[in-house]
Amino acid sequence: MEFSILIGGEAGDGVKQAGLIVAKIFNELGYHIFVYDDYQSLVRGGHNFSIIRISDEKILTHKDHVDLIVALNQDTIEKHFWRAKGDVLFDSNKVKSEGIGIPALSKAKEMGSHLLRNTIFIGAISKYFGIDLSIVEDVIKKSFKKMQKENMDALKFGYDSLDEKHKIDKIGEPREIHSGNESIALGAVGAGMKMYIAYPMTPASSILHYLASHEDDLNVVTVQPENEIAVATMAVGAAYAGVRTMVGTSGGGFALMNETVSMCAQSETPVVFVDSQRAGPSTGIPTYQMQADLKFVVNSGHGDIVRVVVAPGDAEESYLLTANAMNLAWKYQIPTFVLIDKHISESTFSVEFPEVKKEEAKLWDGNGDYKRYEFTEDGISPLAFPGDKAIVKGTSYEHDEYGITIEDAESAKKMQEKRMKKREFLIKELKNMETVKVYGNENSDVTLLTWGSTKGACIEVAKELGLKVVQPLYVEPLPMWELGKHLRGRVIAVECNASGQLADMLDIKERILKYDGRPFTPEELKKRLEEIL
Amino acid sequence: MNLNTNAKITWCPGCGNFGILTAAKNAIEELGNNEKTVIVSGIGCHAKIVDYINVNSFYSIHGRVPPTATGVKLANPDLNVIGFAGDGDAYGEGLEHLIFAAKRNINITMIIHDNRIYALTTGQFSPTSPEGFKGKSTPKGSVEEPFNPIKLMIASGATFVARSFAGDIKHLKEMIIEGVKHKGFSVIDVLQPCITFFNTYDYYRQNTYKLENHNFTDEKKAIEKAEEWNYNDGGKIPLGIFYKVDKPTYDELLLKGRNPRKM
Repeated sequence: MEFSILIGGEAGDGVKQAGLIVAKIFNELGYHIFVYDDYQSLVRGGHNFSIIRISDEKILTHKDHVDLIVALNQDTIEKHFWRAKGDVLFDSNKVKSEGIGIPALSKAKEMGSHLLRNTIFIGAISKYFGIDLSIVEDVIKKSFKKMQKENMDALKFGYDSLDEKHKIDKIGEPREIHSGNESIALGAVGAGMKMYIAYPMTPASSILHYLASHEDDLNVVTVQPENEIAVATMAVGAAYAGVRTMVGTSGGGFALMNETVSMCAQSETPVVFVDSQRAGPSTGIPTYQMQADLKFVVNSGHGDIVRVVVAPGDAEESYLLTANAMNLAWKYQIPTFVLIDKHISESTFSVEFPEVKKEEAKLWDGNGDYKRYEFTEDGISPLAFPGDKAIVKGTSYEHDEYGITIEDAESAKKMQEKRMKKREFLIKELKNMETVKVYGNENSDVTLLTWGSTKGACIEVAKELGLKVVQPLYVEPLPMWELGKHLRGRVIAVECNASGQLADMLDIKERILKYDGRPFTPEELKKRLEEIL
Repeated sequence: MNLNTNAKITWCPGCGNFGILTAAKNAIEELGNNEKTVIVSGIGCHAKIVDYINVNSFYSIHGRVPPTATGVKLANPDLNVIGFAGDGDAYGEGLEHLIFAAKRNINITMIIHDNRIYALTTGQFSPTSPEGFKGKSTPKGSVEEPFNPIKLMIASGATFVARSFAGDIKHLKEMIIEGVKHKGFSVIDVLQPCITFFNTYDYYRQNTYKLENHNFTDEKKAIEKAEEWNYNDGGKIPLGIFYKVDKPTYDELLLKGRNPRKM
């Protein structure tokens, strides 16, 4: 059983918040939820909409067609009527349409504020789906601290303004619901992050917002410096001083961090970089999705760099893989990268997070002279931090074991090899971890190769058409030991970029690409697949 | 504690950096608490200084000394963080960072090796080179006027702004000690002759004088003094503390008693 609801209005109408509250109501009933927020880069006006999808099964994306359209403005009808396979609820003060009209704006104003309009529609949606009013009241009380009585009245008015169409009962207990960005923040905290540094950039900004508003309960410090260059170099300073630190941005901001990626590699300073991709190149379409930074992140920084790049495809993977990225950064003293996109960052998911923990780095035992870059079998030198009775000399320059500059050929070669050696041991460890996921019909002749958020649509379509889906969770090092086993027969790469970046990396010829800033829906992907299968 | 390292010093004989190195080592020794001292450098001739002083250090990249040092300080506010940067480094490549470090009043010290030239890249004009400076990239003379970093730093919110001269080790050591002891962002512009590309020893010896009876808490007076020499030729060059006031520091305000290293 599943339903989808679209709520549309102008920026400033509170569409996003209304969508989230509707999701919370269904979550209370024990359903899995997914919320897609589509908005433009403006503060007032324009057209925003949320699609709330509800299912008794796990879901990771939204669909094109919806069972109910809720129109707060005329644009919603004009732009989205094609999606309707059920009813249309609309504000009869603002919108002309077929369907069920409610004079919401005038009533809201009469009750004290135009903002109550959303609560009226939440009441109406709840009644439409036959949800018990007391459950809805509880969610509204938790959501609005102000004007509680007015909100209750508005809810009741909306609830009483139409008849039940469905009867949705409670099927289970509520789950945690989180956006991808919140999941990244929580995963990093789970692996010991104490400092998060970022310059605002959509769609990564809400990692900063979330951590800043939870500094006390999550025990982290957040910093907003002057630009992304300062962000990344501050993180190097903090990590050198012994503090697990993460930075977050989108492609343009990450471009500015590239010199620091190299500095992390040379100075063997662990920093986690989050790149939440948006439609590019350059400013592109700032509030829309794309997966076009894969090659950029995998190859970022100048020089030879040992790194890990994780590519989560949903909120739960974001949590786990960010924790892994933090732990691997510190165990191998390397830069690591969390590569996600707008469709994960800013969408809301039902989650059951796995266990994560802080895995300790190799630490100095305190004996003898401290050598920051001591040669060891695995290339990993024990860490000490300033203030700990060692003299710790970190450096971006080629250096000897103590961290003193050298330029002679023999020493330079040895130090390059020390850093490169870490990759062998890193791969050894990755081979014992889950690096590739396989879904659907394992015996299918057709395999969809995908990564990141696109997996949501792929899994659903594969299930319907009896196909197999292969998703690498790590894109550097590319887990060829696993991918090799699964990429057999006809392989079709499915990605949201204009060139097929993962397909290029794996030399896959057949590609289904989408690059209009909107993620694949299962319907669109199915149609595209049926054209070629 | 022996502050010497085994590193071979690769500055030109007679380089102004030797004076800065000696003054810095003397200051660090006198300040004590070496285990908690971290020095950070950028890229350029100045940057080698981290190899020559046996304390915790981070050899960062061009222009990024202020944010690297800020990261160290925020991660562990018990550490004493001193940044060394060149004029190209601090006033060119990383000027925005320097201004923001001053604006925030982060409790670190920045020592600027201001030789008014790009030396390690073999002699191009820098942000503080005089107008008309003939270098490899400006054979007919630079058409840009220099920055006055003293004015710039006062205007940016630095709470300790001083100038010293690499040829006067005693004065420079005093300025470094005062700067490090100052709670807040301290910046010392050190006039540093470049023996190879811009030898200014005689010029500075003849034209500098020590500030006396100057009210350094008065911003207007500080700016007046800063304007006595605009980094072009002409004018007497004051050395000493131009401006010093007490203000809450960024690390205090942001961390509110927390120490991330111990969290």
